[in-house]
Amino acid sequence: MKKMISAVALSATVALALAACGSAPDDEATAGASGTPSASSSGAAAASDFKACIVSDAGGFDDKSFNQLSFEGTQKAATDLGAQFAKVESDSSSDFPQNLQSLVSENCKLIVSVGFALSADTVKSANENPDLEYVLIDDAADADFDGKTDAPNIKPLLYDTSQAAFLAGYLAAGYSKAGKVGTFGGQPYPTVTIFMDGFKQGVEYYNKTKNKSVKVVGWTGEEKGSSFTGGFDANDKAKQTATQVLDQGVDVILPVGGPIYQSAMDAIKDSGRDVALIGTDADLFQTDPSSQPLVLTSILKKMDVSSYDAVTAAGKGSFDPTAYVGTLENGGVGIAPLHNFESKVDPALVKEVTDLQQQIIDGKVTVKSYLAK
Amino acid sequence: MSTADEHSVVPATALVPVPPEEQGTAAPSDDEARWRDAFRRATSSSWAVSIGAVILAVLAGSVMIAVTDPEVQKAAGYFFSRPSDMISAIGQAVGGAYAALFRGAVYDYRADDFATGIRPFMQSLTYATPLILAGLGVALGFRAGLFNIGGQGQMLASAAAAGWVGFAFDLPAGIHLLVAVVAGAVAGALWAGIAGALKAYTGAHEVIVTIMLNYVAFYLLSYLLATPGLLQAPGSANPKTPPMKDTALYPKLFGDKYALHAGFLVALGAVVVIWWLLSRSRMGFTFRMVGENPYAARVAGVDVRRKTVEAMLASGALIGLAGGTQVLGLITTGFGSDIDAGIGFDAITVALLGGSQPVGVLGAGILFGGFKAGGSTMQASQGIPIEIVLVVQSLIVLFIAAPPLVRAIFRLPQPGTRPTKAAKSAKDSKPAPSEKKGADA
Repeated sequence: MKKMISAVALSATVALALAACGSAPDDEATAGASGTPSASSSGAAAASDFKACIVSDAGGFDDKSFNQLSFEGTQKAATDLGAQFAKVESDSSSDFPQNLQSLVSENCKLIVSVGFALSADTVKSANENPDLEYVLIDDAADADFDGKTDAPNIKPLLYDTSQAAFLAGYLAAGYSKAGKVGTFGGQPYPTVTIFMDGFKQGVEYYNKTKNKSVKVVGWTGEEKGSSFTGGFDANDKAKQTATQVLDQGVDVILPVGGPIYQSAMDAIKDSGRDVALIGTDADLFQTDPSSQPLVLTSILKKMDVSSYDAVTAAGKGSFDPTAYVGTLENGGVGIAPLHNFESKVDPALVKEVTDLQQQIIDGKVTVKSYLAK
Repeated sequence: MSTADEHSVVPATALVPVPPEEQGTAAPSDDEARWRDAFRRATSSSWAVSIGAVILAVLAGSVMIAVTDPEVQKAAGYFFSRPSDMISAIGQAVGGAYAALFRGAVYDYRADDFATGIRPFMQSLTYATPLILAGLGVALGFRAGLFNIGGQGQMLASAAAAGWVGFAFDLPAGIHLLVAVVAGAVAGALWAGIAGALKAYTGAHEVIVTIMLNYVAFYLLSYLLATPGLLQAPGSANPKTPPMKDTALYPKLFGDKYALHAGFLVALGAVVVIWWLLSRSRMGFTFRMVGENPYAARVAGVDVRRKTVEAMLASGALIGLAGGTQVLGLITTGFGSDIDAGIGFDAITVALLGGSQPVGVLGAGILFGGFKAGGSTMQASQGIPIEIVLVVQSLIVLFIAAPPLVRAIFRLPQPGTRPTKAAKSAKDSKPAPSEKKGADA
């Protein structure tokens, strides 16, 4: 026991000796922070009694995908509004009801639920707390399919990513020297297959206008016969699936589903061939520097922008429960710059993609998806 | 025999003299005895050790909360210039964290009325329900000398069975619930029974088999959920079942305002039944005999293989009841392949903390239910990562299970026993004469 006490004392002394080097900040500087009762409400908190809160699905806020983007958008909006902010991460679906309830008890005014998995619980919480506002990402909160959200105080944020994927498909078809491009997904959720389907439509459109026959591997237009890893983990299964797609001779690959792009990168390295990668959700070139030599482009799903807008509107008292659908027209979805591939892609092709984007916006070219009206 | 004292520490071996001719084949080796002793000590800790472990773990948790708090880190930078800053920052961080834990787990003192304020406690009991049931299952295994680490697989198998009955059948209220609950228990029992049978008749270690069965259950359920016409909700592409029918749900105990459902009564009932089974019944006594010393049990005329299978079946049935409460009480809107929510593993901690005693498991289950409910509020109000709660839980296991394990690894004597010559030669302090004889032979 004596030894233990002396060990603790010694380590404490070392810690304090290290701490001795610092000097206290001016009183005036700390007055603002220490004057407020708790750490979470320090800073600019006094400016507003609005409180924006966010609850993740099982992926967590560091998933480099939709949880993270929505989190960044919501947090930024809260900071800019001078509002309070709270977050809760879920470990599994059995946490959802309690996590929503905690946020209600913490006096949140607006709760952002990330992902369709939270849909049912968000509807329940929204009906129990009609004076609160909810933003639900990636789901229409319409379990009875009547075309309306099941609670009047939920704003769904949806993304017609097929439009952006269409552009990526067209670009990939034009870029491919092998005449074959590939894709695979995590699980056959509608929010995953919408990417794959838009991509396929883009390739087909390229074939039609150019009279070519670029093939799409990994997505047949329906779940049957298409490539899925069965989950959203960058594991062996994901790498196998990527390898299977690569082995069919593709030189562009689009992995859809959070971190499974990492498995695709591994598979590309193993194959030793020159294969370009297309990212999803965020601009992969920026979020993961290790991908930079491989990324042709990324299909952007700007959840950070739209969650920022929705939270900001609510914070200013103009919450609008109408469903938001991100499109090329309103900039909710898009295609990232080519970065390193700028020199490798024919400028004429780049111009065609830009024109195509305008044609989709103008309605001259239509992209089919479950969100397209 | 059937009224043997629950806390009897006299090893079964002492009661039954082992005939010398049996020792050549059946006697356990020194090593085996040492490990079994460590297992027994780790899984039957006294309540004082349990409470001490909780207190130590909470203290360690406080240190971690303080160290990771940005305000504390900032104030630590100039500790000598103004130490009061750091002390108050620590106070705020740790005090705020445990205040939030209390608010989320016991009573929300910020609420306007008692009915709303007591809601967190009801939530804690709701989370405790499957932990108590699964904890009892694991504890029962411990008492029979079995380490059932397959709670996840048994939860998933039972959730699939109970859920399938819950949404696919049309039965009158009451009967529907009963059928669904029984289906879950049977599925859990069979899933664990596979491991029990393999252990009894081939000697395959139950830890390995139950872990592997976890994967089998997970991927089987994932397949069932992703295949239309099986467990997947019709008209949906998501791997999720349809909602349960109302007739199959556990009724809410105190109205819709509270999450607490009748599954909690089942858990309380199970505590009583398992207490009676272990301390008042012949079956429970033979389980414990096998757990204390299978060799002696066999000599005394117990069919060890049969008891192993029976204990695994009972353990799995209890965990199956836990799986049933998840789908028929907590997540009634349809479930996916994470319906087990880690309870299969948390149950091991609950059983350890409860010293494998039914009443201890009840207390430990409620404590962990409170951690789970309060952890969410800690995140929401203080921004403390949910992992802190996980760390506290893991430290509890460490403090309880580590001392006997470390002693077993380094062949250290049990404190409080003098290393006599006899103990030294056997390298084991446990006063089990027949074992030592076996070791020397």
